[in-house]
Amino acid sequence: MKESGLAVEQAPPIWVPFRFFFTAPAFGVLAAGTLAWGGPDALASLYSPATLAATHLLTLGFMAMVMLGAVMQIMPVVVGSPIPAPRLTAWCVHLPLAGGSLALSMGFVVDGTPLLRIGVALLGFAFGAFIIAAAAGLARAPASSTTRNGLWLAVGGLAATVVSGILLASSRGWDIALPTFALTSLHPAWGLVGWTAILVIVIAYVVVPMFQMTRPYPLPMTRWFHPAIAALLAVWSALAWNGVEGPMLNLPGYAVAASCLLFAVVTLKLQAGRRRRLPDVTLDFWRVAMASLAAAAVLWTLRTLVPETVRPRADIVTGILMIDGFAMSAITGMLYKIVPFMAWFHLQALNLGRGVAPNMKMIIPDKNARRQFRLHVAALAALLAAVALPEALVPMPEAWVQLAAILLAAAQGALLWNLIGAARLFRRYLLLQHG
Amino acid sequence: MQSISDYMAERHRECDELFALAEEAVAIDDWDSGAKRFAGFHRGMEAHFVQEEGTLFPAFEEATGMTMGPTYVMKNEHRNMREVFDEMKQAVEAKDADRYLGLSETLLVLMQQHNLKEDQVLYPMMDQALAASAAQLIAQLELAREPKAVACQCAGR
Repeated sequence: MKESGLAVEQAPPIWVPFRFFFTAPAFGVLAAGTLAWGGPDALASLYSPATLAATHLLTLGFMAMVMLGAVMQIMPVVVGSPIPAPRLTAWCVHLPLAGGSLALSMGFVVDGTPLLRIGVALLGFAFGAFIIAAAAGLARAPASSTTRNGLWLAVGGLAATVVSGILLASSRGWDIALPTFALTSLHPAWGLVGWTAILVIVIAYVVVPMFQMTRPYPLPMTRWFHPAIAALLAVWSALAWNGVEGPMLNLPGYAVAASCLLFAVVTLKLQAGRRRRLPDVTLDFWRVAMASLAAAAVLWTLRTLVPETVRPRADIVTGILMIDGFAMSAITGMLYKIVPFMAWFHLQALNLGRGVAPNMKMIIPDKNARRQFRLHVAALAALLAAVALPEALVPMPEAWVQLAAILLAAAQGALLWNLIGAARLFRRYLLLQHG
Repeated sequence: MQSISDYMAERHRECDELFALAEEAVAIDDWDSGAKRFAGFHRGMEAHFVQEEGTLFPAFEEATGMTMGPTYVMKNEHRNMREVFDEMKQAVEAKDADRYLGLSETLLVLMQQHNLKEDQVLYPMMDQALAASAAQLIAQLELAREPKAVACQCAGR
């Protein structure tokens, strides 16, 4: 039996994950700025420069930024094995990820091949380093478990996303001919479902019963659900890659959408029956996330099954629901638990009887988190209104996009403010305890 | 025959129930109930720690020779939790609901991630290392069990 699991130095030093968490909302603000800059083109099409840039600032600069940091943090807890050389890994991942996200997004906006090339190189390095480190950590896990296998799948989904993304960016950056049509479908599918949704699902199995004291997810579900989704995605990808179209291609797609819908419904049901009924901002973020996931699944199915019944730009609505509604909501909800807890845990460890470490609700007060939640929901609603509602209800759609951008900037700015407040309190107590 | 991991997972669930009962009393400012329930929860947790530190951990350490591994980490976290219990006790005595609820939120995460590590990693390791003596160990643990915890389990939810 290996001792690598729960050895004394199990948790990485606090600034290993913290640097990821604190960087993310800055990218959220940048994405909002990009939408505001985009004018009439912003959110007009999935592939307009402003939309591509904003999308990647959010998926890379916010979502991946937090998810990678969080995986590095939770691995010792959920699989009993840390990421090897956490400080070095953090250095190899964080700055290249930040720089690469900026370069890639700017490359979309100015249509600049040098920026795209720099972005590809930096992102390839960052994700490559992470995937290798995560794989090494998972391979050393002392016991096989659903969580370990689920993390393997999520990392695999990340690899597929990164490879397809690099191929797409490279075809623009180096003007290489590639089957970009298939890739433009595969890349977001693996990114949003194969990586993001699978990671959220695998983590949910653990944290939903944990934080809200719900019943556990049904055991067969925790064993088979996420492998089934990955398998269906793989089948769908193989079909798409080989140029299959129509009902045969869509069938596995419907199954994936139905799975996402089922997961959302099961989670909402579990949460409705929770034992711990105190008000909780994280719970509310999760509910928004699950509702958005369900709506996205239904919308995608309708759009594919009966495209004529669905408004144009339904693909953008699906994207907003998956990125802002689902992923960013779940991620932000988790940040409001992870950051205060980690700060408290590190201060407590140094306590040595010299003072009392501030508890979680002192590190990020409930009312600050609640205020930011309201801004987040307002931004989501505005984004959806700007794109989903017909012009009769939403005159001057460009103005609505500007409003949504302002609200998004405010929501992300408020998140950054709350996290900075936590960091300042942490540093104050740290100095007190050293002094 | 019940495995060590199944038996201890049940003990975790009992403690969770006691935790939730205490917290919800404090949240509505019912300090009579709150104080009693917190005391019950505190006793239940101490009894659980005694089961682990007194019986299971020594048996595991002897069987595997791992004294600086998982059991060391778990004992450290027991110490952390005991510090939080002390603070919560002060909050109850001062009838400070905000302080109690901030502490209980923190304890919840601490306790749950601690239990997770035990359920997912340490107890399965114990199932392997102590397979031969599992029945005897569980019998020993049952003998020392806190009666109130049994009563709460019967109350159910």
